[in-house]
Amino acid sequence: MKKTFPILGVLTAVLLIYALYQGLVVAPTERTMGDVQRIFYYHVPSAWTAFILFFINFGASVVYLIKRNPAADIVALVCAEVGVVFCTVVLITGPIWARPVWGIWWTWDMRLTSTLVLWLIYVSYLFLRRFSSGGQTPTLAAALAVLGALCVPFVYFSIWFFRTQHPQPVMGGGGSIDPRMLHALLINWLAFSCFAFLVCWSRYRLEKLQREVDQAHAMQSLLDPSGSVR
Amino acid sequence: MTAPTGITRVTLLKDLRLEWRSKDAINSMLFFSLLVVIVFSFSFDPTAEESRQIAGGLIWVAFLFAAVVALNQTWARELRNQVLDAYRVSPAPANSLFIAKTLGNFILVSVLEALMTPLFIVLYRLRALGPVWQLLLVAVLGTWALVVNGTFFAAMSIRTRSREIMLPLLLFPISLPALLAMVWATTAILNGEGARVWMALLVSYDLVFTTVCLLLFETVLNAE
Amino acid sequence: MNGNPYLFAAYAVTWIIHIAYLGTIVRRYTRLRGEIEQLKKPGVRSSGNSD
Repeated sequence: MKKTFPILGVLTAVLLIYALYQGLVVAPTERTMGDVQRIFYYHVPSAWTAFILFFINFGASVVYLIKRNPAADIVALVCAEVGVVFCTVVLITGPIWARPVWGIWWTWDMRLTSTLVLWLIYVSYLFLRRFSSGGQTPTLAAALAVLGALCVPFVYFSIWFFRTQHPQPVMGGGGSIDPRMLHALLINWLAFSCFAFLVCWSRYRLEKLQREVDQAHAMQSLLDPSGSVR
Repeated sequence: MTAPTGITRVTLLKDLRLEWRSKDAINSMLFFSLLVVIVFSFSFDPTAEESRQIAGGLIWVAFLFAAVVALNQTWARELRNQVLDAYRVSPAPANSLFIAKTLGNFILVSVLEALMTPLFIVLYRLRALGPVWQLLLVAVLGTWALVVNGTFFAAMSIRTRSREIMLPLLLFPISLPALLAMVWATTAILNGEGARVWMALLVSYDLVFTTVCLLLFETVLNAE
Repeated sequence: MNGNPYLFAAYAVTWIIHIAYLGTIVRRYTRLRGEIEQLKKPGVRSSGNSD
């Protein structure tokens, strides 16, 4: 293992603990929702991180389509997977927040619904990667990623417009935010971004190793003359 | 310019002729569409007033299922006869094939919809309060949205494992904004309200996705 | 700190998900490391592996 990884790991852990402290202790208690509102400091940074990862997936997919660079393909896969993980966190912390505040687990609230559709699109991307066979996977996946990314503005607009026609209370509230809350939010976002980077890096290395092993297997079955019947 | 359109026309006519001759496929799809309408009628039994509120959703979900069934089988025939490999090595532009397939699917799905709609009207005692031509426009735009993506994803799925399930897995999430627009435009028009924004959304969705599918189809066809 | 169970649940679930995912990465990595050591040994037949 390279030396930078453990160092970054420790720094990230420290940052995450500091962010936790900011979110739970330093940030003031919200007037209407109380302490439950502190879920916000995990829910929102996870969402922002997921969106950034999906955006990188789009970029990497375009690069792959143009250059057929295997590294770009791995980056695309990694960002989609880690993005889905963060998106799952958003979709679970959202209802956990909604329940005590609004009394219901789910509401077709604009943000939650858009996040759900995004999650569906990228999960379908992961299914395509799993179900398609070796050589074509990177190209097919890249094409799907481009379509998925182009769909995103439509997702947001259609759900926003639907909500203006069928209004419902917005979760998470609008309005101005206390600077100490904003500070806690940004620290958490920074911490989670560093964490996401490390997770992506680990997943990248895993994927490279997986491909090495697959190639080694392929080489062996080619070179093995004593006819191992498959 | 004549060569690509010529190829498109030839391919399209071939597909339509094949569909017409192999009555099995189209008959089973028609029957399936009928079954879908009836199952929905059994499951949802609204009053005439309520039905105007939910008909948009019911109809488009039924159309979606019928479209998936139609889309799944249109590429299967090509694959069986290794026609795709022939296309890949021929100098014909891949786009011609894509347009031909999409148009063929569009016609097929529209036929299914044309048969399902009177059934829905009768079973749900539907009466549109808004202009019918708008409903037709939404039908055309919405069907195109489903079919253009569906044809593209069907081409992707045929070389995957579990190809029948891959098509809806890929198609449904990306179609959600268009589906929202189709359903609520239809509901709005049935209730005599304006659907301009939804229709604009459908038009832009169709334009964007048709363009991108055309741009990427050759890549997908030749992916190896 | 506070006694709000939903707040605790949300933070706990977040870390459970992240740790579970990291766990799968670590598990697959150690298994693959083992495999590649095996493959590097001369004259060892590879056992057909698919993931």
